[in-house]
Amino acid sequence: MTVMLSPEEWSALTLSFRVGVCAVAASLPPAILVAYALARWTTSRNWLPRATRLALQLVVDLPLVLPPVVTGYLLLLCLVPGGPIGLLLKRVCGVQILFTWWAAAIASAVVSFPLLVRTIRLAFQNIDPRLELAARGLGAGPIDAFFSISLPLAYQGVIAGAVLAFARSLGEFGATIMVLGSMEGRRTIPLAIYSLTNRPGGLEQCWRLVLISVLLACFALAASEWLERRQYHRELA
Amino acid sequence: MSWLELDCRHRYPAGLEIDVAFRAEHQVVGVFGPSGSGKTSLLSMIAGVLRPDEGQIVLAGQPLLDTRRGIALAPAQRRVGMLFQDHLLFPHLSVEGNLRYGLSRRRSTEPPVDFARVVQVLELRELLARPPRSLSGGEKQRVALARALLSGPRALLLDEPLTALDQPLKQRILVYLERVLSQWRIPTLLVSHVAADLRRLAEWTIVIDQGRVVAGGPPAEVLADEIEPEKSWNESR
Repeated sequence: MTVMLSPEEWSALTLSFRVGVCAVAASLPPAILVAYALARWTTSRNWLPRATRLALQLVVDLPLVLPPVVTGYLLLLCLVPGGPIGLLLKRVCGVQILFTWWAAAIASAVVSFPLLVRTIRLAFQNIDPRLELAARGLGAGPIDAFFSISLPLAYQGVIAGAVLAFARSLGEFGATIMVLGSMEGRRTIPLAIYSLTNRPGGLEQCWRLVLISVLLACFALAASEWLERRQYHRELA
Repeated sequence: MSWLELDCRHRYPAGLEIDVAFRAEHQVVGVFGPSGSGKTSLLSMIAGVLRPDEGQIVLAGQPLLDTRRGIALAPAQRRVGMLFQDHLLFPHLSVEGNLRYGLSRRRSTEPPVDFARVVQVLELRELLARPPRSLSGGEKQRVALARALLSGPRALLLDEPLTALDQPLKQRILVYLERVLSQWRIPTLLVSHVAADLRRLAEWTIVIDQGRVVAGGPPAEVLADEIEPEKSWNESR
């Protein structure tokens, strides 16, 4: 039994990291905006803003409760050459991303988006909104106040959310298999483990990838927890 | 010649109805009243933090708000320096960072404010490199006052600046406040529920109760008989 990774396992590891990094990088800016909007969207007397907030919350949280395969199926419908995103990409960029690692990154971004938004939203909610009002009173516009006050104060929550979302991306299976398939040299860690377990003697072979997955998940959870605690203590100081 | 004309009505969902109208002609005008009478709401309306249901606010001849004409300047455009009860210093910036926040966001057309002079008058030189969490209550109050001054305000709005301080510290801060008010001669609205503070600092005082102005005049007359020195409204009734 060797501890060295096989070429197939290396390929799965590097692909998973590439997919995770791209998924988090692409979803971070919209997640920050949505989290901020949800955190600062105060209760209104009118039904329309209340309903809009509820609808936004619902759309954001949906991938959290939907079976990942269903999310993957919906993405597949969007990414096929005749689908809304597939058609747009084909016409504008002349590319087809279904069954490429880009599609896996999109699937990971969609599935990890609710986790990212929730963690960042909590960070924004823990900041006294009057600090932004104080900044506005000192001459800062709303965008300036956001970038100079709110975002720097929430940055530990933002990093904690990014770490959690990255870990979730590494573990993503259901949606990824729908849009990436499972072909040799194009498998993420979960897809590689699944593929190995379907081969004779594969159960014994996949322990290295299982161990890596467990270690990465533990590290991500510990790092996220530590960052959230730091954010909390900073607010108390 | 009045520097502030205000006539506003606002109803909170919880029930308190504010209907205030007054003109401020003296440099330091006190606002006296019990907790929950609408004193802070009044300052928030002027600062642009709270938008009243209807009314007008004119500061130094410029309309800040006129609901009939659809005028509502953003807080950053009003150029009023608001000092909050709990200071609201930016925790991620040093004292100097806090002081320079408003200074760096002033328009070039506004008259310059001498950073060194403000630091000297309020004795802040030793504190410049320190983070706000390491400051005492009195030091925070001085930094907040300096930060408001450095934003080049046309008016200062002081919301219970002495409430959270013990008696010796309060006496020291009173000296700093008097120094600032006499040196910069900025029109000031000073909210307090302690009669003695207004007798010492204000030239004119309005009394607010349940969202309405119920009296106005020199502090010695308005706050004369029924309110003993150093006693708050609530203790006196």
